[in-house]
Amino acid sequence: MTLRDKQGRPLVAVTGMGVVTSLGQGKDATWAALTAGRSGIHRINRFPTEGLRTTIAGTIDFIDVEPFCAPMLSERLAVLAAEEAIGQSGLASNDFPGALFIAVPPVEMEWPQRQALAEASGQTGDVTYRDLLKAAATGRFKAWHDLFIFGTVADRVADQFGTKGSPISLSTACSSGATAIQLGVEAIRRGETDAALCIGTDGSVNPESLIRFSLLSALSTQNENPEGASKPFSKNRDGFVMGEGGAALVLENAEAAKARGATILGYVLGCGEKGDNFHRTRSSPDGSPAIAAIRQALDDAGVAPDEIDYINAHGTSTPENDKMESMSCAAVFGERMASLPISSNKSMIGHTLTAAGAVEAVMSLLTIATGRMPPTINHQVPDPAIPLDVVPNVARDADVRYVLSNSFGFGGQNTCLVFGAEPKGA
Amino acid sequence: MRDVVITGIGIVSCAGEGLDAHLAALSGTPDTDAETFAPFPVHPVKALEWDRQIPKKSDQRQMEAWQRLGCYAAGLALDSAGVKADADLKGRMQLIVSAGGGERDYAVDGQILAGLRTAENPGVFLNERLMGDLRPTLFLAQLSNLLAGNISIVHGVTGGSRTFMGEESSGVDAIRIAGERIAAGQDDIFLVGGAYNAERPDVLLIYEMGGFLWKKPYASVWSRPAEGGGMILGSAACFLVLESREHAAARGAKPLAVLEGVASDRSRRQPGSVEQALHGLSRKLAGKADVVISGATGVKGITEEEQAALKDIAPGAPVHATGDVIGHAMEAQAPAGVALAAGLIASGRASDALVTSVGHWRGEGALRLTKA
Repeated sequence: MTLRDKQGRPLVAVTGMGVVTSLGQGKDATWAALTAGRSGIHRINRFPTEGLRTTIAGTIDFIDVEPFCAPMLSERLAVLAAEEAIGQSGLASNDFPGALFIAVPPVEMEWPQRQALAEASGQTGDVTYRDLLKAAATGRFKAWHDLFIFGTVADRVADQFGTKGSPISLSTACSSGATAIQLGVEAIRRGETDAALCIGTDGSVNPESLIRFSLLSALSTQNENPEGASKPFSKNRDGFVMGEGGAALVLENAEAAKARGATILGYVLGCGEKGDNFHRTRSSPDGSPAIAAIRQALDDAGVAPDEIDYINAHGTSTPENDKMESMSCAAVFGERMASLPISSNKSMIGHTLTAAGAVEAVMSLLTIATGRMPPTINHQVPDPAIPLDVVPNVARDADVRYVLSNSFGFGGQNTCLVFGAEPKGA
Repeated sequence: MRDVVITGIGIVSCAGEGLDAHLAALSGTPDTDAETFAPFPVHPVKALEWDRQIPKKSDQRQMEAWQRLGCYAAGLALDSAGVKADADLKGRMQLIVSAGGGERDYAVDGQILAGLRTAENPGVFLNERLMGDLRPTLFLAQLSNLLAGNISIVHGVTGGSRTFMGEESSGVDAIRIAGERIAAGQDDIFLVGGAYNAERPDVLLIYEMGGFLWKKPYASVWSRPAEGGGMILGSAACFLVLESREHAAARGAKPLAVLEGVASDRSRRQPGSVEQALHGLSRKLAGKADVVISGATGVKGITEEEQAALKDIAPGAPVHATGDVIGHAMEAQAPAGVALAAGLIASGRASDALVTSVGHWRGEGALRLTKA
């Protein structure tokens, strides 16, 4: 078997995977719950929810960090996922022989810190940033500079695992996790590195980030039954549910992986991306950018549409995404789309935002490895406008060799990945 | 490997608009606003006629200052590369943006902080005020990847877009990865750059917490360390059009300079590590620089180390600090340095340029440009 693809590029193997979601720590815990159709969505108890339209999320409550804030939790989730992934790969845990590509949520100072600065300023009347700046000048808050700048999570992860070169922190909104993988694939194909650590992480469910999505009417408000709120592709879907998660993949040049006797878990065969300039939050009505991204990923993989056995959907449970995604898949896969299984992990773990593409990549590879497709739960009221086999409510076994994973995001981001059990060799 | 050439530059800052204005400013003193955010001087961007690059008022309204600056500079770069009217080409042009995040609503923040002091239930008070007082679309002006999103919308650049974060390093790495993708034949043409709005108290706050800001009247970055050191932030944006030499030739575009190489790394900083890193990076680039465009911040320690390294790496070469032309524009600093270097080369004033980027807190990078 050749270890290059049809275009003569090095094949990219996955040799390690790690995940943490609201369903548990470790890919086995998430996978067991996901294939059992269990939801990780619950009432938020991390902060008061009075006055909010949405009071549920897939927060990760079994991990504590100090001080509790998005960058600290995101870093911790990334580290846990990376430890698992690198451990599985058999590579050195503190001297990773390649680059780091990490999708991180945009960070900024949070309210507890602003409050502490306001208090330290001694201001008893109206508070302005002038007061906060006065408090900052005391030097007492020096550590928060490092904590709240954009490169810190990546730098700490790079330092811990000994990745090589300048780490890339990136954001392509809700397709960030997929972009991290794409960057790793490209670097290995260029021959720059034989290994890449690709991570998506997001621990940013806090009052302001939830309210920002809420004000855009993006979130489900079906709070009464948290586990039932995320219902991708259903007629009564009304928005996504925020989730937290971290996922890491060790990608390797397949030749190098085989040479060191690593177990290959699957291959990243193709990547596709296409920008959309229709609107800041809505996608082109004709779906053309999403269609182009799917086609490009298939082309890049050398996989024909007929060879895809299963689609891991972006499937956010927003009225807009699910309609657009269904239409785009139908455009690419034609009549076969009615019987081509497609399911959304977000029905159970919510939308893990920056991490989603990476979390769902791991689930796609586990689908290939185990021959089990996780269901789309909460599918009680099918949407007649979405005639899909969404693997409703119960997992299903099938021989799955090639999987397409979709990721779409605000700002016209469309990124699609194709995974396979075996390479499409020349 | 294919040659990577620079065929378009768009830049705006306190020096004005366009490459010529910035080359002229290499020998001057940058415009400084010492009043608005006293005691912190900033280098304010010159007033721009937004309509010239962002025709729709509705688009202008949807953006905050950092996005408008970036969109404007991106438009200038597309004009300069002669691709603005080529919708097909822009449809396959790749975009890499180095970005931080967007502005906050300072009045709302202040009111909430005052109210939280006496609120009976602070958590509930915070929820209610944020739900009631935040403009829904402000989020879209804050999200890091929405500068790229706005460039796609305003200018029709839709090949694919990625946003890198991580302060100064993100600017170097955006150019590095674009260059590598072109050199390897993965893509033909890129729009790469960043934008920074310094005229906002929340970014001053972050850097003041870390003790990184200069609080005296303007002085050159090189002279600041002797008096404690510090950065003066500058509002600026810079975008570059990079493409393969063949691609440029095929469309009849004249390259300004060749992007010969980009090297970047991180290390646990300690005394001497920046000087050592710059030596290592410049060895990788193997140039013989006849001009240096430095991204020096003026921060004590690392600025002197860079100065010492440059004496060995590029002996006798004139050294210009981008910070003394536009201020420190964080994610946009490396693209701006490359723009200045390309301008000097294109106008025959240099033939082999070294551009440095030593982050104020972490990350070292160096870029080499040569004559086309």
